[in-house]
Amino acid sequence: MRRFQLLAAAAIAAIGLQGVAAAPPLGLPPVPIPPDNPQSQDKIKLGDRLFNDKRFSADGKVACATCHKREKGFTDQKPVSEGFRNLRGTRNAPTIVNAAYMKTLFWDGREPDLEGQAKQPFVNPVEGGLPDHGPMLEVIRKDPEYVQAFKSVFGVEAGDITIDHVAKAIAAFERTVISGNSPFDRWRYGGEPDALDEAQKRGFEVFVGKGRCVSCHVIEQTQALFTDNRFHNIGVGFKKIRGREFQVAREFLRAKRAGADVDKTVLTKPEASELGRFAVTENLTQVGAFKTPTLRNVAVTFPYMHDGSLETLEDVVDFYNNGGRLREDDPVSPFLSGGIRPLDLSDEEKKDLVAFLKALTSPEYAQIAQNR
Amino acid sequence: MNRRNFLKTGLGAAAVGALPMSLVEIAWGAKDEERFTFAYISDSHITHVRGNEFVRNWDRGLIRAVAECNLLDPRPDFVVYGGDIAQLGKPEEIDHGLEILSGLRDKVYYVMGEHDYYVDLGDYWRKRLGPDWYAFDHKGVHFIVLNSILTYSEWTHKKWESGMARMKEMARLDNPNGSPFMVGEEQRKWLAQDLAKVDRDTPIVVCSHSPLQKIYKGWNFWTEDAEEIHKLLAPFKKVTVIYGHVHQIQYNQIGNISFYAVMATAWPWPYPNTYALAESHLPKLTVPMNRADPFFERDATGWQLIDVHSGRVDTHYFLPDNTNRSVVFDEKRGHPVDTRYQAVAARIPPQQHY
Repeated sequence: MRRFQLLAAAAIAAIGLQGVAAAPPLGLPPVPIPPDNPQSQDKIKLGDRLFNDKRFSADGKVACATCHKREKGFTDQKPVSEGFRNLRGTRNAPTIVNAAYMKTLFWDGREPDLEGQAKQPFVNPVEGGLPDHGPMLEVIRKDPEYVQAFKSVFGVEAGDITIDHVAKAIAAFERTVISGNSPFDRWRYGGEPDALDEAQKRGFEVFVGKGRCVSCHVIEQTQALFTDNRFHNIGVGFKKIRGREFQVAREFLRAKRAGADVDKTVLTKPEASELGRFAVTENLTQVGAFKTPTLRNVAVTFPYMHDGSLETLEDVVDFYNNGGRLREDDPVSPFLSGGIRPLDLSDEEKKDLVAFLKALTSPEYAQIAQNR
Repeated sequence: MNRRNFLKTGLGAAAVGALPMSLVEIAWGAKDEERFTFAYISDSHITHVRGNEFVRNWDRGLIRAVAECNLLDPRPDFVVYGGDIAQLGKPEEIDHGLEILSGLRDKVYYVMGEHDYYVDLGDYWRKRLGPDWYAFDHKGVHFIVLNSILTYSEWTHKKWESGMARMKEMARLDNPNGSPFMVGEEQRKWLAQDLAKVDRDTPIVVCSHSPLQKIYKGWNFWTEDAEEIHKLLAPFKKVTVIYGHVHQIQYNQIGNISFYAVMATAWPWPYPNTYALAESHLPKLTVPMNRADPFFERDATGWQLIDVHSGRVDTHYFLPDNTNRSVVFDEKRGHPVDTRYQAVAARIPPQQHY
């Protein structure tokens, strides 16, 4: 335990994680804290330990941190995540960094908050692989350090520890994984005209102008979350179910009516996964729509898109430039969002745009970006 | 947003968006066999540029409506296309539009729009699709399709430089050289004969391109002989008129007739100013249209699922990048109501500038 605390303390110092009441970093608003889960130093520490505990999985090898690695910008840098026994899911692990600002969680927004999100992966058949939360609560209740920590944080005895306590602690930890203060922030909000180079400044103009990026990846007067918290079909992944949308949607909805769990279905069935937000809302206008991710630290959170199908930022820019497809002669999704259209960017503009995206890296992750 | 609200809004959206799937039953006393649905797509304005090139935005609108419509489960009994496949009535445009529409999995009934008509007085459209006014019966409901975009013969047969010149004149808004839409005498005669064969308890659904009511003449949100049509329909207990052309949600009740407008797949029109200012008792502005977000080309466009029960109609609007809406017939009040936005407090304030 002592060693863990020292490590945690060192990590907090090194990575600059936010404490209980620290001012938000440049470019970000205060972190929203739900009234029923206030932050405390002990809770954050407990959440950090839970986040890294591999015993909460069927093979004892998978923790939250397996797919959300600090040294990889809290992602796994894989196209789609690998769970216990290296089973593969269907979706790319989104970064935890600044997830605290998201208004819904998961690519399809199927959970409203970090607390709801945190409970799911343990019991997903291609992630933690546990049959239910029972086995992990057993581990916690038998671990004296956990028992002590839960008692001091939540005032509960071992037998009364529930998955809700676990989720609250993990969420509290995640609300400290906040990073702003990128070169962009220093340039835009910090009064440092030289924080961006000329290519990055030109790239910013493309970002807010011809590139049409800012309409979904929002930048505001005093802060930038780079997301609109909405769901859009940008043309990724539709080829996997093209021509079979009706069957896939019907099978999915019938299974859902019969009680199938959305979280399990979309991560284990590659075709159902492509239904996107529709799987949650059943709204026909949201087929294949996925949540707008933040762009902060995007240089280290590769590969990109909900299925990890684009490897580089250059590919991403080409994808948007061609109106929702990687190559000009690829088919366009019939469900494509009305916000996506060919952009006619020049090679220079594309390069500048990528340069700008690389200016969104916070200092904590700058070294990772350079090592790529 | 707390969890309860999150679940509430999620379920709310589901109930509107996936109505046919969601086992919603409204107890009108309808027998099962009387209840059915059909889809309604309208106003695609497919526009030919040159060669094989068409305006991408309007193509995408129709493609998306077809794709979404094809996901309905259970299937609608058929689809009605509400007119204005083409922008300037060119064969290329009608062909291209029909090619996209051929992706629909269901039978389609077509309505003639003025953009399909005025270049060649509907010759090519009829060659591809058959007569432009007709009637059919479906599960106890009598459907009538009218060509309501005809006009005075003197205007139609003026010495036009070309059919295209006439088409472009009719396509303009607020055009002092334009001419009001009408169903016309010949068709009214046919309508009277057709209705004579129909029992007065039989529910009637009329599909027209222009509103069969007088809303705003300058944009031809108008049918010159609307009152005469109303008279022909007056003896029937349950009459519904569904129309396109206006590219916006409208609903109204005049006497025994319930009116529902459908959205365009191409672009939205704003509510004309006189719509709100008119002293006339018809029609009443209930909900101003929220302006489209110009970034999302599909915002304020969409398509419809029409749910027919007990001879009345509920219209469910599928609105990409916006909130789906439902306008349903309220038996108690005897007219259509918007299920979400009827209450003043629930309305989204419209932007007043254009």
